[in-house]
Amino acid sequence: MKHIVIIGNGISGTTAARNIRKRSNHTITIISSETDHFYSRTALMYIYMGHMKYEHTKPYEDGFWKKNKIDLVRDHVTDVHPKTKSLTLQSGRSIEYDILIIASGSKSNKFGWPGQDLEGVQGLYSYQDLERMEQTTKGISQAVIVGGGLIGIEMAEMLLSRKISVTLLVREKEFWNNVLPLQEANMISRHIRSHHVSLKLESELKEIQADEKDSVKAVVTKAGETIPCQFVGLTVGVSPNIEFLKDSGIEVKRGVIVNEFLETNIQDVYALGDCVERNYELPGRKNIEQVWYTSRMMGEVLAQTICGNKTKYEPGPWFNSAKFFDIEYQTYGNVANVLGSSETDFYWEHKSGMKSMHLVWDKNSNQFLGINSFGIRLRHECFDQWLRENRSITYVLKHLAEANFDPEFFPRYESEIMASFAIKFPHAELNPRLA
Amino acid sequence: MRAVKLFGLILLLIGFILFNATFFLARYKLTPEVIESKISEGPSRDLFFQTSTEMQGQTFATSFSFVTELRKNFEAINQEQISNYGITQEEVFDLVARSGKQFTLASVDSLYLGGDEASEFKKKAWKDYGGWLEGREFLSPEELQTQLEGVVNNINQYAIINQVGFDRYQVKDLTYSITKASAIGPVASNPLLFLFLTIGLFIIGALTYILPKLNLLPGIKNNGIFFNAMKNTGWLGILTGTWLIVFYIILYFYPEYMTNWVIVVDPVSRVLNGNEAGRFFLYGFIYTLCILVMGVRMIIHYRHSKYQILRTYSVMFFQTAFAFLIPEILIRLNKPYFDFKNIWPLDYSFFFDSRINELVSHGTLGLFMLGWGVALIIIGVPVLVYFFGKRWYCSWVCGCGGLAETLGDPYRQLSNKTIKAWKVERWMVHGVLVFAIVMTAGVIYTYWTDASWFLFFDSYKLREVYGAFIGAGFAGVVGTGFYPLMGNRVWCRFGCPLAAYLGIVQRFKSRFRITTNGGQCISCGNCSTYCEMGIDVRWYAQRGQNIVRSSCVGCGICSSVCPRGVLNLEVKEESGRFGKPILIGNNHIKISE
Repeated sequence: MKHIVIIGNGISGTTAARNIRKRSNHTITIISSETDHFYSRTALMYIYMGHMKYEHTKPYEDGFWKKNKIDLVRDHVTDVHPKTKSLTLQSGRSIEYDILIIASGSKSNKFGWPGQDLEGVQGLYSYQDLERMEQTTKGISQAVIVGGGLIGIEMAEMLLSRKISVTLLVREKEFWNNVLPLQEANMISRHIRSHHVSLKLESELKEIQADEKDSVKAVVTKAGETIPCQFVGLTVGVSPNIEFLKDSGIEVKRGVIVNEFLETNIQDVYALGDCVERNYELPGRKNIEQVWYTSRMMGEVLAQTICGNKTKYEPGPWFNSAKFFDIEYQTYGNVANVLGSSETDFYWEHKSGMKSMHLVWDKNSNQFLGINSFGIRLRHECFDQWLRENRSITYVLKHLAEANFDPEFFPRYESEIMASFAIKFPHAELNPRLA
Repeated sequence: MRAVKLFGLILLLIGFILFNATFFLARYKLTPEVIESKISEGPSRDLFFQTSTEMQGQTFATSFSFVTELRKNFEAINQEQISNYGITQEEVFDLVARSGKQFTLASVDSLYLGGDEASEFKKKAWKDYGGWLEGREFLSPEELQTQLEGVVNNINQYAIINQVGFDRYQVKDLTYSITKASAIGPVASNPLLFLFLTIGLFIIGALTYILPKLNLLPGIKNNGIFFNAMKNTGWLGILTGTWLIVFYIILYFYPEYMTNWVIVVDPVSRVLNGNEAGRFFLYGFIYTLCILVMGVRMIIHYRHSKYQILRTYSVMFFQTAFAFLIPEILIRLNKPYFDFKNIWPLDYSFFFDSRINELVSHGTLGLFMLGWGVALIIIGVPVLVYFFGKRWYCSWVCGCGGLAETLGDPYRQLSNKTIKAWKVERWMVHGVLVFAIVMTAGVIYTYWTDASWFLFFDSYKLREVYGAFIGAGFAGVVGTGFYPLMGNRVWCRFGCPLAAYLGIVQRFKSRFRITTNGGQCISCGNCSTYCEMGIDVRWYAQRGQNIVRSSCVGCGICSSVCPRGVLNLEVKEESGRFGKPILIGNNHIKISE
């Protein structure tokens, strides 16, 4: 029986702990300075908006951990000593481990802007960030958000729910255009504006100005525009939270370097989740993936390895999802913001401007490569299978109805999509109606 | 938009305050006309006339003083009748002396020779209540005396009050109807005006408050729910819950005090069924209006979801047509009151002798109704649950469900999601089902055999206990009164025996389940939070397991509030329904928990 210590109680660390418990009798300790119990980070916005309370975001009842003999320690790890296999905690306490799992997650990026540490300027990643935001947005009327990504739009929605007017500065041509193709990015930009967000595209932050009390007063853009505000959200991405490892001898670059077994350069020290940088390539994937799903999958894999079944981290076809105000988004496979040289695509948008579908395939082999769907729910299982089976675009379109996951009685769009496809691609070998 | 909403809120509050004021807005005066119209001709009426002379001259300022005085009259009449007709201790001694050790009714005849009314009554009472002692021989006169005293006790307690006085059921009914008829004041003389000023203003205000929601873009708009004093068990929620609980207690147990409210809807009742309103007409009327008005809110709130829209139209239709209008029209046509969508054991009195006799006496239509009711129980429930899940009833048709899904929707997040609550729920709801079955078995046994004693209980007593504690207490007082305190499905979850029956079928033999979408769950908890039945939906979603739970009413809100499109209500072949949990995403790993 070994003592397994996990730094971080997010989705990756918790998934590892749960799956190790299912397969072994090892002693398991999870250390976190953020919260006493595992909660769903993705639900932070709903606490602020009053959809839920903190307690609703905890996926397991508090008694679950004791019942499953997983010890929880509320403390902050300041140093890791691989030679003595021990950790030093902020409280002064020291903990020894047989196996260490680093799952310390991310922290919000700041790019050295003047005024970025003023009162009222922050990112949104942790529970403490939420508490700060709750404090600093009390009674204010104007906010600026810098960064057109998933956290930025969530923050916009949060602030609007408190009747705070929002200006969103986005560097790209359209919202999230560094990930989404122009058509979808444009559709979401329109939707953002329909919620009365002042969306400033191709706009970047120059500096944040302070009032006499060192609180934020306004932001100045690179174009020279001054926008008065009492709160600035910095949502320009996150990076691995690995400061505490710098003297440990564990190899880090941007993140903790791991191989395909999620092993670090030091024996019995593993890392997973947001804080990890893979030292090997996976086709179509970045080496740092800060996504709920990949963190969860790494936890599942590592538990296998630690319980004696050494397993590589080999994620299947890419998938992700999000929600932009009222528009749900799902993606399967790879749809890049700019088509690859051998790729071709088909984009359909509903006249409401609230639904769209974007399919990408290889123009030589007709192999289906990926899909973006907005406002229409799709069945993960179908696309996972079709992508694994290298199905053709024709096959996917023909079976599109099977993949619909919308609730009963919802309007269906398959025939409209097919008709529109047939106009754009009349040749028989592609057209599912003729093939 | 804010101004319009505020205006609506003010109207609604005025309507509400006036409704409460109406409760007190009457004086009461007992007139000979009222007595003649409410108590049928006979010695009882004469007695009442004599006893109540003092009361008839007076005007009472509140229903409380009037009802108290009225009760004193009934009590005085009963006391007087007991002294007139009661059997005295001397008479018992006399009988013992005449009988020795053996009792004969002949000795009774020889005792009462007066031929007056009281003597005749006593002779008959001895025969009815003491006939079983005829010819019995006892070891000693003392033993006979003990037996006779028991008989006397029964006569004095029941026979006199039932036959020449007012028993407690009559007292209850007459107190209510006499109080209602005795009301004088603005409401009684102008019910239509007050109908407008109370319920009318309330509805106009509510709609004015609700309709501006159309300005919001369609989509899930749950902003601020947990900051809201009404929706997060704050002071407003507690106050509303208290008001509802008090309303239900008055409605079920003290209707004689709320007669002024009933008067307000008399005109509506006369239009619909030709009679003056009863308290349950008032209740049904308000209930239907709540479902309609809050149904409008529900439709606007979830107007991006066709499932929610259709479901809400359905409960609005079934409440208005099946629960409210059709039964009233049936009464107008002199047919039995019948709600075609109410099913035993929710409709716990379906097999009561009074109702069966009424149906049977109405010929073909009555027999059809009887057959329809039985068919729903033994064919309708299992077949429809097999094809659609119990939602076909609980969240598309049922009246309790209809109210929960409309008036109760703002409170759905208050249901308890703990494992402990689930345990309590299973014991409690199935306990009520067993109670309902045993009670009904007793009722049917009594119907066939005329014997009130069934197994180890008195079937009359048991149906009374069920009616008070389950029918009124649980379904009404707790069921609706606890909306703002414990969520909108307290009754459906913990108490409804029909939900338990539908649930057993759904759990073991149905094509219905909620499926989860591969690996897309982010454990955010919206689904669990907004599940009115307290199902921890996320527990299943995050491990990729179908949700097959007996309590699920299929409202579909978990699917609506899911920000990632993970949950879907589906009807598919039975195989694979209890599939192992699967999370898609990882190669080489099959997570089976």
